Amino acid sequence: MSTVLPRRRRAKLAPYLLISAAIAILLLGMGYPLVWQIVTSFQEFGLAQQFGKPAAFVGFDNYAALAADPQFWLVTARSLAFCIIGAGVTVVVGTAFAVLMTRIPKGVRLTLQISLLLAWAMPIVAAMTVWIWLFDRRRGVVNYVLGALGIDMNRYDWLSNPWTFFLVAGIIVVWMSVPFVAFSVYAGLTQVSDEVIEAAQLDGANGWQRFRLITAPLIRPVLSIVLLLNLIWDLRVFTHFTMLQDAGGKTSDFDVLGTYIYKIGAGAGDFGASAAVSIFILAITIALSWFYVRSMLKEERS
Amino acid sequence: MTAVRSLSERRETKRRPKRGTVSKVAWSIVAIVIALIWAFPVYWMVSSSFIPNIELQSFIPKFFPVHPTTSNYAGTLADGSFFRALGISLGVTAIAVVGSLIFAFLAALAISRFRFRGRISFLLVLLFIQMLPAEGLFIAQYKMVASAGLLNTIIGTSVIYIAYIVPFTVWMLRGFVAGVPAELEEAAMVDGLSRTGAFMRITFPLLAPGLVAAGVFAFLQAWNEFTVALVTLTTDQMQTLPLWLRGFVQASATREIDWGQVMAASTLVAVPVIVFFLFVQGRLASGLVSGAVKG
Repeated sequence: MSTVLPRRRRAKLAPYLLISAAIAILLLGMGYPLVWQIVTSFQEFGLAQQFGKPAAFVGFDNYAALAADPQFWLVTARSLAFCIIGAGVTVVVGTAFAVLMTRIPKGVRLTLQISLLLAWAMPIVAAMTVWIWLFDRRRGVVNYVLGALGIDMNRYDWLSNPWTFFLVAGIIVVWMSVPFVAFSVYAGLTQVSDEVIEAAQLDGANGWQRFRLITAPLIRPVLSIVLLLNLIWDLRVFTHFTMLQDAGGKTSDFDVLGTYIYKIGAGAGDFGASAAVSIFILAITIALSWFYVRSMLKEERS
Repeated sequence: MTAVRSLSERRETKRRPKRGTVSKVAWSIVAIVIALIWAFPVYWMVSSSFIPNIELQSFIPKFFPVHPTTSNYAGTLADGSFFRALGISLGVTAIAVVGSLIFAFLAALAISRFRFRGRISFLLVLLFIQMLPAEGLFIAQYKMVASAGLLNTIIGTSVIYIAYIVPFTVWMLRGFVAGVPAELEEAAMVDGLSRTGAFMRITFPLLAPGLVAAGVFAFLQAWNEFTVALVTLTTDQMQTLPLWLRGFVQASATREIDWGQVMAASTLVAVPVIVFFLFVQGRLASGLVSGAVKG
């Protein structure tokens, strides 16, 4: 069939044939669930519907119920605060490490880089098991070291109080994400030419001024991209929080949006409400991604 | 006058590198301390996995395996659940890697070799999908897999994985395909090869490193995935390695846990990942921020 098509026509069709497989799998794995979710978020879809009762359309009822639920707003505020603080600390620490890498001899730099790579490479579930043990109340290294430093923790259970629970989660997230930031910013820093820095030095600029006035503007594109990526990544912390909840507090005080969706969807069987929360988290992600996508496409167009 | 000046100059040049060295040493010490802290959890995992359980029971942490043993590994592997989970992980990962490589490779060819209507929109969609969090879709994906009767099957889970992995893989391969000039292929065709022949003999071998890098990336994604696996693989018989490892932590909430065995289990899951990761790390980082870091 295709042989009878004129060559021109075939060349026009070729790219569409090539992307059709990818589009098909994306429609199946992402598109269909997304559409199902949008439809379900406007339906009453609870346990009765699971067992065959037809789902009735209820308009914005699911969303209205959420908006009236203080629990939802608490979880959202906690998620967003965790995401913003986590991403902010990660970028600041990562940038500091990158600057540090430019000031140390090659051998030391390599040591630091290998150490960061190890943390980056750790599979998330393995990392969580290790960290949960490190913060274990009886046999954890953290309580032991703090005790040895003279701060008696009295076998403090870090994962039983929401504040220290989120602190532990934050430490783990920062530990995992700093390497990517450090490497990306370091790559950016090595592009800043020595002559410019030297010229500024001759003009009397001190270290902080040189960083703020010369280096920072030059690496701003990298900084904004890694900040954006970290904001997006710190919203998807379902695995971290599920495992921390396995070992510690399980009530809604310890929830972020991901675990909240899981509990009302897979746990309580209220798919209408879980779909509405899912749409909410997707909308936040897409809004955040917009800037990232724009900068990536700008490069593609050029 | 000149003598005085040259003297002070000499002192200046002598002093400055010395101050530089002092601060270099100070920064180096800071860097070493950071390196030790950052690597500690990984070291702790591997080291503890070789320490006899009886020593780990003590309340004083053991920072070095003085009496190394493999008994923790023997204990972890004893009931065979590791090998079952390994089998499931290998199955899911293999399908996800092969599937996503094929689909992504074809799409990457289209993007870098053709200018067609909808090309930029396709890229836009890919970039957005790449950002979507699994927790925003996994309940819907669970419902879909369940209604297809594919819960607790390798194929049901790996199809979802392919959809998650394809976007970044396309993005990664696109650069490699664009790196092989179309003129090379055309020259081979002038020399008498067919279009397919030219592609298979010239372009494909040049793309091999790119396919390997993208394949390793896909492997890491599928091998480490937790969220989708949690909802689509619900029975113990169908657990992947991350779900299997989580079982240990879940058990720790209710009973005294054998941390030596848990660390052995974690090490078994982590080591292949760390090895593979070191291969692709450079490309992964530059793929995510390409355009932002530019000379």
